[in-house]
Amino acid sequence: MEIDASKLTQKELNDAIMDCMHSGVKKIILRNVYGQRYIGTRLYSPNNKVEIEIFGTPGNNLGAFLDGHRIIVHGNAQDGVGNTMDDGVIIVDGRAGDVVAMSMRGGKIFIRDSVGYRAALHMKEYLSKRPVLVIGGTVQDFFGEYMAGGIVILLRLNLGNTLHEANFIGTGMHGGVIYIRGEVERHHLGKEVGVSKLDEKDEDILKRYVGEFAHYFGMDKKDIIKEDFTKLLPVLKRPYGRIYTY
Amino acid sequence: MTRIKREIYEKEISACSLFGAMNRNKERFTGEGVISAIANMHVRGNGLGGGFAIYGLYPKYKDCYAFHIMFERRNKDAKKETDAFLSMNFDLVYDEEIPHGDAKVVNPPLVWRYFVIPKKRREEENFSDDDYVVQKVMHINTKIEDAYVFSSGKDMGVFKGVGYPEDVAEYFFLDKYKGYIWTAHGRFPTNTQGWWGGAHPFSILDWTVVHNGEISSYGTNRRYLEMHGYYCTLHTDAEVMTYAVDLLMRRQHLPMSLVARIFAPPFWELIDRMDENERKLLTELRMVYAPMLINGPFAVIIAHHDEMIGLTDRIRLRPLIAGVRGEMFYLSLEEAAIRLLSQKLDKVWTPNGGEPVIVRINR
Repeated sequence: MEIDASKLTQKELNDAIMDCMHSGVKKIILRNVYGQRYIGTRLYSPNNKVEIEIFGTPGNNLGAFLDGHRIIVHGNAQDGVGNTMDDGVIIVDGRAGDVVAMSMRGGKIFIRDSVGYRAALHMKEYLSKRPVLVIGGTVQDFFGEYMAGGIVILLRLNLGNTLHEANFIGTGMHGGVIYIRGEVERHHLGKEVGVSKLDEKDEDILKRYVGEFAHYFGMDKKDIIKEDFTKLLPVLKRPYGRIYTY
Repeated sequence: MTRIKREIYEKEISACSLFGAMNRNKERFTGEGVISAIANMHVRGNGLGGGFAIYGLYPKYKDCYAFHIMFERRNKDAKKETDAFLSMNFDLVYDEEIPHGDAKVVNPPLVWRYFVIPKKRREEENFSDDDYVVQKVMHINTKIEDAYVFSSGKDMGVFKGVGYPEDVAEYFFLDKYKGYIWTAHGRFPTNTQGWWGGAHPFSILDWTVVHNGEISSYGTNRRYLEMHGYYCTLHTDAEVMTYAVDLLMRRQHLPMSLVARIFAPPFWELIDRMDENERKLLTELRMVYAPMLINGPFAVIIAHHDEMIGLTDRIRLRPLIAGVRGEMFYLSLEEAAIRLLSQKLDKVWTPNGGEPVIVRINR
């Protein structure tokens, strides 16, 4: 099913997507998308998962609260990709703006290029729900800020031999794990994270999700994975516990 | 399990919208593209303000200061008093009501444009033309009831009002004008009322500012500017930014790269890691210009002749995207608005917080 979004408001577009889903359509192609927000939100459907392919530039909060569907963007995404996403997959064949994967609680996001500020802001996990974010390029400041769970992998594929410039990485982080390909300077890290050694489990995680990333974007997994990764873990589970009065 | 029907939360979640486009070869283009780009971010505003600044607007009168002046409630006495004040202090070359049609704007005031040349007397000869004009603009804004100067630069002008930006554009027929820089704003007022004077852009001489955010240092900034002869009369925080760029860039000749460091200084812990020269410079800037630090979340597009500048606060609490295609340079809060004008871009990126994107014309 194809929808031409050029004349549609965000509500009309999302209503049209919902109608498609309820009528049993499995794959929805959106063309001429220019900034319509919340694409993929409101698609509550326990038994019927759809694939949404987007041509153009989807608006803020793409896939917010996403309920297990699959979204593919041919182009760049704006701010708030996968905001509080619950399950499913978002693949962006381009770059994305600020606060990617903010408060994400499940599912997977793969971004081919770089992202803006505050990626993985307050991402979380609970029992079997463990969100995954893989970024092919680099990030800007406050990456992993207040992160409470989940797996974040940063591949730095577009940086050559230069180091990351992002400051305040993992500020306030108290759960989850960040893997960064290559090295990170200590002063770029927030006070609440420490560098740890990778073990076999980490290698498995990297093989699996970098493999999936490489598959989506037609890259060679082995080339990416052969370099050393830096693993960042929170120092404390509750870094600001002492400043509360109770 | 079906969900129980709930009451739907009706609040409109909005923020301002900003857009800027510049042809670096100084070729003038019409407003249609910019109007459609700002309209594409319609949901960011709430119809309580929209406006545009256009550079290269009045080539026929390019040596005159072009005053766009609004008269609240179409107050005839204010118009009469302003006319008298202007003819006493300027040579009037041409003036007319700014043409307008019907559109969804709220309570339009009378908006008049005057093309003038300073008529300085005696000791006023010591002032530069620009300083003279600033003084007269401040007089109109503070002393003439119901008269407010929208803009006062040469070969440029500000059109603004209460409505969505696309409605304001329709009201003033902006698709008919041409310029080589256009900046645009859709407003979602946070702390003050929506009125014609409070719509963006804010302007003094040929400086204009469109702003998204909240300047929590407004009080401090305003008092500092008053000491330098700038009086804030428009009841909106972004006004201070306009006078601040005039003070720092035109009068004190500081380059934008330093002004950005004054508005959005790096944290002390970053300054501590810089090499000695830079550390000294930034420490002094923070000391000397502490009252000019703009606190709170902001994204702005600042413009004057030959230059357009994008800047966010140092930790980027508001969005800003830059894009280039050939000679065209775009700044926007959302990439989609840029793509609407130019599907293909040579480069598109997220500028770092506190680091200005400076676009100059090709020489």
